[in-house]
Amino acid sequence: MSAFIQHFTFEFKTGLRNSTQLLMHYLFPLGFFALMGVVMTAINPLWADTMIPAIIVFGAMASILLALPATLVEARTAGIFRTYKINGVPAVNILAVPALTDMLHVIVMAAIVVLAAGPLFGGTAPQNWAGLTLVTIVTAAALAGLAALVGVIAQNTGATVLWSQLIFLPSILLGGVMMPLSALPASILPISRLFPATYAMQAFDGLAYGRETLFSPWLAVAVLAVGAVVAFALAVYLFNWDERNNTRRGHPALALLALAPYAITLLFA
Amino acid sequence: MDQSITVENLHKSYGEVQAVRGVSFSVNRGEILGLLGPNGAGKTTTLECLEGLRQPDQGQLAIMGVDPTRDGTHLCDVIGVQLQTSGLPPDMTVTEAMRFICAYHGLAPRTDLLARMGLAEHAAQTYAHLSTGQQRRLALTLAIAHRPPVVILDEPTAGLDVASRTELHQLMQELRNEGTAVLLATHDMAEAEKMTDRVAILLQGQIVASGTPKEITATGSAYTKVSVRSETDSLKARSDALPGVVRTAFDEDYVILWTTDIAATVTAVLAGLQAANDPLVDLRVERPTLEERFLEITHFERNGGTA
Repeated sequence: MSAFIQHFTFEFKTGLRNSTQLLMHYLFPLGFFALMGVVMTAINPLWADTMIPAIIVFGAMASILLALPATLVEARTAGIFRTYKINGVPAVNILAVPALTDMLHVIVMAAIVVLAAGPLFGGTAPQNWAGLTLVTIVTAAALAGLAALVGVIAQNTGATVLWSQLIFLPSILLGGVMMPLSALPASILPISRLFPATYAMQAFDGLAYGRETLFSPWLAVAVLAVGAVVAFALAVYLFNWDERNNTRRGHPALALLALAPYAITLLFA
Repeated sequence: MDQSITVENLHKSYGEVQAVRGVSFSVNRGEILGLLGPNGAGKTTTLECLEGLRQPDQGQLAIMGVDPTRDGTHLCDVIGVQLQTSGLPPDMTVTEAMRFICAYHGLAPRTDLLARMGLAEHAAQTYAHLSTGQQRRLALTLAIAHRPPVVILDEPTAGLDVASRTELHQLMQELRNEGTAVLLATHDMAEAEKMTDRVAILLQGQIVASGTPKEITATGSAYTKVSVRSETDSLKARSDALPGVVRTAFDEDYVILWTTDIAATVTAVLAGLQAANDPLVDLRVERPTLEERFLEITHFERNGGTA
């Protein structure tokens, strides 16, 4: 346990003192929050109702999905994982600790957004704080699982950008972050349900704000939680200690199974 | 247990390339074995199989009775490794690195070792801001922090200044004296000759020579060099006729003789000088170095066994 705590403490501090990580964890999401708070509320006053969940989801994706995979790839290519392995650091810890610290950064960032949104930009406060907290955590967990998986299968940092953006951009455009799902054409809605952001926004709407949702917010929470577990388990299964190591246990294409919880829900719920 | 490391018939290929072909050796407790070889000889692959970083295709490996291919958990307890290509997170300070690694070994941080390795004054510095020498010293410090009975060092002195190198050599000797088995891969023949008890020369994935540095240098066609300086040049005229001498050269005031029979040559030199009433000023005997022997062996093997 002591080792885990040491590892966690170090990773958390790194998130604050590494300029790139600090940018992705706080400066970029909070800068976006400030910009959108000024611009979007002027263009569309109704956006104030979804401001808090939208910024939390955006911030979580920036903080975790855009940052964590590159961190993992850089550590692998720099031989850091090799050093860890010969000193007995388990693969699970190598993936879980940065994922958990990133989740903690998201929670801190979300707290800042929640506290500042009302006074600064007239953002609507949630009705159910426990619901907001639960959905924030489970959303961060789902994204952390996917980010760990991208970091494990990507050969280089260029590939992490490609894979992360394949999730990030559609999530922003189709997941209800920039515009409500109800505004999307019916033909696009099924596609939007392949992305965690859609489930996160529905869960926030239902559980934190008590609004009507397209499907059960509890189902959304369950899908995010299962998605987190599946993605993280696949990341551990496909983990590689270094570039030349050929002990990976399965084909990287297995990573697509991480989308299964979302696809199954699309088909059956 | 006398044999701390045993390797038997190790094979490892990368696709079509056979990196290691039937390598066998052992390292005893309190012994330093030097693994020598040119780039691509299979040294690092051999070490990485022992460290549990590579899965061998064939062969038996054991470190203090632990099979590195099967028991990675216990392996970490019995080996300390300084990798050739390894790293720590760039934002990790020296103190954090010590705490981190010791925590995973279930130990309190070894601040005494940081002081011993000259890293105490850099304790708050991040890994990225350490010099190459300091990074290597830190890697070695972390490798031995849990007092493992086996230490594997892959090019530990590459890029180090003379003072750091000397310090590291001293540390290796201390480890040996304490009973640690040290497996040292190096390109530095002078280091191998000075530091190791035995060496194994790897070439194209196979061990082509092994033994103590003296045994290695005593074999082969490398000659002993005898440099003689006397008050007059009486030796020059008859140097070719001296017993055992196969080649002569003249360097300023010295007559340089390469001989196959050191005792006969030196005896004849001294007798000749005495007979010529030519007082001896200086006499130096230099055995062939490990480097010369290494070059001879690798040249011979690369040319298919012909000199």
